[in-house]
Amino acid sequence: MNRIDNKKNVKSTVIALVCILAFWGILLLIENLNLILPNVPKLFTPTSKLFMVLRKVIVYSLIAVSMNLLNGFTGLFSLGHAGFMLLGAYTFAILTTPVSLKVPVDGIFYKYGGSIVNFSLQEAFGSIFGNSGAGGAVSLVLGVLVALIISGLVAALFAYLIGLPVLRLKSDYLAIATLGFAEIIRTIFQCEVIKLPGGGELVLGKLTNGANMIKGFPTLNSFNITNATGQTTLYLSTVVPAIIVTACIVVIVLLINSTYGRSFKAIRDDEIAAEAMGINLAKHKILSFCISAFFAAVGGALYAMFATTYQAKPFTSVLTYEILLIVVTGGIGSVTGSCIGAFLYIACSEWWLRFLDEPMMIGAFQVPLLKDGFRMVVFSIVIMIVVLFFRKGIMGTKELPDLFKKRKVKAKTEGTVTDNAK
Amino acid sequence: MKKLLALALALAMLGAAFVGCTPATNSGDVAEGGENVIRIGVFEPLTGDSASGGKKELLGVQYANAETPTVTLDGVEYKVEVVYSDNGSTTDKAPSAAATLVDKDVSIVLGSYGSGVSMAASDTFNQAGLAAMGITCTNPNVTKGNEHYFRICFLDPFQGSVLANFAKEKFGAKKAYLLGELGNEYDQGLLTFFEQTFTAAGGEVVKADFPTNTADFTQYLNTAKAEGCDVIFTPVSIAYATQIVSQAARLGIGLPILGSDTLDDNKVLEAAKGTDTQLFVSTFYQEGGSAAFDEGIKNYINTNADAKTANGGDDTISAVTAMGYDAYYVALEAIKAAGSADKAAVKAALPNVKYSGVSGEIAFDEIGDAIRDTAYIKTVDTAAGTWKLETVQKAN
Amino acid sequence: MQSMITTLLTGISVGGQYALIAIGYTMVYGILRLINFAHGDVFMVAGMMLIWLAAILPLPVAIPVVIAITILLGFCIERAAYLPLRQAPRMSVMISAIGVSYLLQNVITYLTGGQPMTYPTIPFLAQTVEIFGTKQTMATMITLPAVILLVVALTFLINHTKVGMAMRAVSKDFETSRLMGIKINNVISVTFIIGSALAAVGSVLYFSNYPKIVAVSGALPGLKAFVAAVFGGIGSIPGAVIGAFIIGICENLIKATPYSVFSDAFTFAVLVIVLIFRPTGIFGEKTLDKV
Repeated sequence: MNRIDNKKNVKSTVIALVCILAFWGILLLIENLNLILPNVPKLFTPTSKLFMVLRKVIVYSLIAVSMNLLNGFTGLFSLGHAGFMLLGAYTFAILTTPVSLKVPVDGIFYKYGGSIVNFSLQEAFGSIFGNSGAGGAVSLVLGVLVALIISGLVAALFAYLIGLPVLRLKSDYLAIATLGFAEIIRTIFQCEVIKLPGGGELVLGKLTNGANMIKGFPTLNSFNITNATGQTTLYLSTVVPAIIVTACIVVIVLLINSTYGRSFKAIRDDEIAAEAMGINLAKHKILSFCISAFFAAVGGALYAMFATTYQAKPFTSVLTYEILLIVVTGGIGSVTGSCIGAFLYIACSEWWLRFLDEPMMIGAFQVPLLKDGFRMVVFSIVIMIVVLFFRKGIMGTKELPDLFKKRKVKAKTEGTVTDNAK
Repeated sequence: MKKLLALALALAMLGAAFVGCTPATNSGDVAEGGENVIRIGVFEPLTGDSASGGKKELLGVQYANAETPTVTLDGVEYKVEVVYSDNGSTTDKAPSAAATLVDKDVSIVLGSYGSGVSMAASDTFNQAGLAAMGITCTNPNVTKGNEHYFRICFLDPFQGSVLANFAKEKFGAKKAYLLGELGNEYDQGLLTFFEQTFTAAGGEVVKADFPTNTADFTQYLNTAKAEGCDVIFTPVSIAYATQIVSQAARLGIGLPILGSDTLDDNKVLEAAKGTDTQLFVSTFYQEGGSAAFDEGIKNYINTNADAKTANGGDDTISAVTAMGYDAYYVALEAIKAAGSADKAAVKAALPNVKYSGVSGEIAFDEIGDAIRDTAYIKTVDTAAGTWKLETVQKAN
Repeated sequence: MQSMITTLLTGISVGGQYALIAIGYTMVYGILRLINFAHGDVFMVAGMMLIWLAAILPLPVAIPVVIAITILLGFCIERAAYLPLRQAPRMSVMISAIGVSYLLQNVITYLTGGQPMTYPTIPFLAQTVEIFGTKQTMATMITLPAVILLVVALTFLINHTKVGMAMRAVSKDFETSRLMGIKINNVISVTFIIGSALAAVGSVLYFSNYPKIVAVSGALPGLKAFVAAVFGGIGSIPGAVIGAFIIGICENLIKATPYSVFSDAFTFAVLVIVLIFRPTGIFGEKTLDKV
């Protein structure tokens, strides 16, 4: 029995690996289509909306999956994701913004006399591997990866500290407490100077740049390979985040399928029963919380790379709700569902429905209602329909491969039924 | 029933995808129905916090477009089409809104109202090789460190110091109360520059930040009074400014309120009307600066219901509208100088464009900022509910 | 001293307005165990309605009409967005509430075009009176008595009427009360109607003081009111009211210090601390998990 299972596992792992590689390959191909073919359709030019949406979808997929780990697989209803994303993005931005921008007066930290973090990771690696050519690429990639990991760790540490008291709460109380923490984190990052009671001042702006934006750190476009004249010879700005995100999601999937993952699901289904089965509730909850925060922060950092600039202002509860709606649309408890949900949500809200914002004429007939903001009205109605009528979301708790297996399983069960009837 | 609904929904989505994609993929060709078209992209907040300002700025561009809808290059007449995209006033929606414009094959981008969204979209325009021209984004970081972002307005350091000097000269102010939104780069930037000039001249400041979505300002205003401040400086976005002005009037605070270019808006005017508020704002243009423009735009607003709604329901001219109007003509000049609608050519031609607009002479320095040394300071005629010019301040 | 009195008065008035919203939260939570995230937006829509109606109707007519429309809105939201999810997990209902809130905000943004709208001046409420040398509006002054009056009426309704008895029964045990022949859906509708009516009254008082409305105007008061409801022990009406006053006053006291930046963060910090040390709030009943 065990051996058959192992064989099956090996087979499905190989299939999964092939699928992932194929996905990367396709992305790489369509991204570079414009270099291979001279007259590609406009959709495939590198600045097209398609890639903008794809990149955002890739980043949001990771964030949605990390939220799903917590809300869908562990059953902890947390609304603190915006806070973790913010921590990740700020840590990343602070660690990788070049030193030349951190100087007083001319830099982006001009208000505070320069930043107190007086180095940047990729430049530190640059001093070892060199700053141009292959060495430059190595130091960039290393710098980004290390910064991503540190961002995740910082958020995980915060999550641990927050989780200690908060995770004792249940369902909506937990949701509202985590929401509160996210707001507090945002306020601290926006605040520039805190007057201490003793008369001193704590200038947070030196670290966080206060209300000002941080910019100039490596972005997704930094991964594109250019030749000496500045022309891009290979576009990697969509593939690289895809690789990072898939790696993270694979780790999450492995975790979900491990003993820990089974414990998480047991906690979700029935806390008391799980505890009775000998699962340490506190330990598993905080583990899930920290891991989720870690990946949310990595997602937040990637998001900063996508957005090219970084500011705390948009990281309100609205953003958390957005991600929650993605998770719900995709199916609470389905990893592939979250990815599909992210795609549909972002493509709809930022691409396909955009025509609703502009007045349209069909012949001489002016289509009524179309003006700025109508897109969001239609979009929120669609969301309500999904929430009300497709309660399980697109995938429910199924994964994408399950859909292909389904028929076989059905046939098999039917077979047994008829066998029994005989 | 459920299946039917699912089907309908799926169809609707598919339809939306189809309709949504069509203009994006087909807009590549310049000749449409035998007509030559040049597109100018306008990147503005049409929903969200700054919608009021964004709409007025767009209005200026649209009016200019209605006035001069064509441009002649090498003897061929091109129709100029204004396409716009809504960035929702938030930096997280800005990149994809910018990509919408890039997809529509625009030759140059104008906007945005609000510096944060401009910075967030900057890289998208840069990747596409587009030149972008800020109309009223005043934060220094918009143009700093890049070669594709330009602007036709003055900068925050200038505006902040102008207002600080004005507070000193007009009111002999010794202590100023600075009130801004927490985490808003525009507010905080101006407060800093104001503080620098004001304290350098021997003044003293009391600073306070309010969290986003605050509606109750009574406590802040009372503190300003209790601390013995002589003026209140509050360069906030329109929704907050209206609250602050009306609450100050109601509480009878009696201190003069100084504001920046965002407060030059008819919603703020409406809040101050019929009260004894002393409100002073620095801005780019004052009604009466160009009689022909004033008359034209008023006529345009009054004959076009959509324009009137966009302008907040009356025909008071906002400075941002005048700036939008000028920006359109600067863009046309750049296209003329480039001799084509090609975005790279326009980008190359833009730095050398000089234009004499309704808001003054426009030329760019090496960073891409407008060479401007004039700010108009307006005050409210509370009885009539109109703006009147207080003084014109020049850089020292 | 003078500024202290102003701070207190403002705090009491803001607290009273939060209280009117918080009652809606706490009643719905008591019965449905649902955090009705859309409640703050219903409050905002009530404000917007008055702006539009005051343009065509005289104020004494417009205000009751607004209250009626708000009640209808609350009723419709419950029937359309929460009723179909009665048997679904609590998280689904809460997500539906978030969806409704999103929808209401987007519709209002669409209708107003994102412009701040000016609330009409209600002559009586906008009058200013001098108290200890500070100017206060009538709206500030009557909030406290109005809240007390409404709470007394509400307590009477809950403790001494048939529908009130049904409400108490449903909040104690959903299933059993259904077996006892209580029409659950009607009771829930009544809860939403009362909550919406109070939100409408609250909106009149609140927006008379802060007369500009945008689509997100309801979000922050809504969240604060919710915190107040939790603080007082969610499900308890006196708890919600007292919690709202405490939050309102504390918030204004903080705004008067150099730490004004943290006035919102403080609210959340209070929330977290209360939840951790006394998860059922000041007046909440201790509940036990049923296995």
